[in-house]
Amino acid sequence: MIVFDNISKFYGEVLGVNRITLSIGPGITSLVGPNGSGKTTLMNLVTGLLLPTRGRLSVLGIAPDRPELLMKKVGYCTQYDSFPPGLTGYEFVQATLALHGLTAADARTKAGQAIAKVGLQEAAGRRVAGYSKGMRQRIRLAQAIAHDPEVVVLDEPLNGLDPMARAETIALFQALAKEGRYVLLSSHILHEVDLLSDRVVLVHHGYVVAEGDIPGVRDEIHERPAQVLLRCDRPSLVASRIFELDSAVEIKIHEDGKGLLVHTRDAEKFYLLVNRLVLEHGLDLEAVSPADEDVQAVYRYLIEGEGPSS
Amino acid sequence: MNAENVRQVLAVQRLEFRKRFLGKRAIPVYLLTLIPLALFGGRAVAVLLFKIHDFSLAQDRVIYAAIYRTLILRFVLYFGCVAIFVPLFRGDILDRSLHYYFLAPVKRSTLTLAKYFSGLAASLILFNAVTLATWMFLYLAGGANVLFDQLGSFHGLSELAGYLLVTSLACVGYGAVFLAAGVLLKNPIVPALAILGWEAINALLPPVLKKVSVIHYLESLLPVSIPPSSGIQILADPASPWVAIPGILALAAVLVTIAVKRVRRLEVLYGVE
Repeated sequence: MIVFDNISKFYGEVLGVNRITLSIGPGITSLVGPNGSGKTTLMNLVTGLLLPTRGRLSVLGIAPDRPELLMKKVGYCTQYDSFPPGLTGYEFVQATLALHGLTAADARTKAGQAIAKVGLQEAAGRRVAGYSKGMRQRIRLAQAIAHDPEVVVLDEPLNGLDPMARAETIALFQALAKEGRYVLLSSHILHEVDLLSDRVVLVHHGYVVAEGDIPGVRDEIHERPAQVLLRCDRPSLVASRIFELDSAVEIKIHEDGKGLLVHTRDAEKFYLLVNRLVLEHGLDLEAVSPADEDVQAVYRYLIEGEGPSS
Repeated sequence: MNAENVRQVLAVQRLEFRKRFLGKRAIPVYLLTLIPLALFGGRAVAVLLFKIHDFSLAQDRVIYAAIYRTLILRFVLYFGCVAIFVPLFRGDILDRSLHYYFLAPVKRSTLTLAKYFSGLAASLILFNAVTLATWMFLYLAGGANVLFDQLGSFHGLSELAGYLLVTSLACVGYGAVFLAAGVLLKNPIVPALAILGWEAINALLPPVLKKVSVIHYLESLLPVSIPPSSGIQILADPASPWVAIPGILALAAVLVTIAVKRVRRLEVLYGVE
């Protein structure tokens, strides 16, 4: 586990993160939050690039101030878009593997494998200085995974990637997670976080405001009524019966008369009502789905402070 | 230290050697080394081809000693070590590439030592080459036979060894000073100039303060003494080699230890550097 125990980090008098207590298990965990919220600080703390001002942190039982142990198990793809000068992509990955103490032959093999995983074989022999932003991102990713780390930390790893590379990279993260590795990433692209993540950690102004799987986090936001989208043949019948429930807040029937959006404080009761309507009135149901059980809605509610969307 | 650690140290040194010899920060060092090479090389050519100066073994030896002391030791070697050792960490911070070292499973102490020794190797190669070449140019001005006589005599070889020893110890001492300055200070240029000033007025300082400098011990080891009539500040109270050599090595050890302790707590904060 990656364990943050009451971790605080201050840059002089400026707050980085404050009193973070968090446990992260295997699978894909996404750190979500606006710029300056503390995501990169958390990642730099995990990898020992920063030292906590207070609290204790351990990664698979190793303290981050022991790089000789920690970095054998951790790979980090940072946002820093810089490289040791004069190296080709291949030499860069090989050099970082050599820093891990691999023999020249092993470093060559593993560098080739990692570059193949990120689909950069053709450009590997060219100088990194001549790479596009997306290629630089991918070679950093190759450097992060080349030594087969158990924990992969990725700061905005999809930045600068074209759609094809994005899809391949997401598939790579999912494959890493399937192998039981810890994938900790940050992203601004919320629909991709939704697609990717087993769980999310929402960070705002240096504090963790919510964590867990997305439906679980959504359920915890009691002050925001759940939104449920329902497509059926008789939305007006559903609407008339909904107000029998004291938990209903708002109903909007779609303009095409084939569905409605319900805001309710108790989604479970609403689902039971729909079941009853199907059985008793033969309601022809096309689709029932939560409309705000995604990371975008959770982000909106918890971080942007917006009300229910209309 | 196991085989894996050795490979890690060698990997650090390969990366650092590339930077020290091939990177853009190597240019000022090469320019510095060109100054004495051009001076003594040009002089050898002028004397041999155009006979603009009569070669005098005794006199030219003293002239070399004076120029070695003022130009090579106090200027070329000093600023050369600034240019090689300060960027070992500070350069990586400015280039935003230090994190690649910190993300490797290498102890920070091992990393610091590997970087210091890579800087040391680079400076030893460059500045000993300069010392050797300028010394050979000095005697070449008298003709190839004069040079070969010096290379074949105990006196000549011990003189050359003396200069190479001073050059090497200067790299060790100044290297440690500027390694520490590079990790302790965000802008080491001002301290570098301050230390240069301190070293420059060393001969004017009281005996106790004289000993708190690198130049005092280095000049104590110079193989050729300069007569007082030369107008150059003369070392009045030289340290014996038994004090000077361990003194520089001890100073270097203390400064490298301080650098190691600082690097252990060093954080990657490029935004505020």
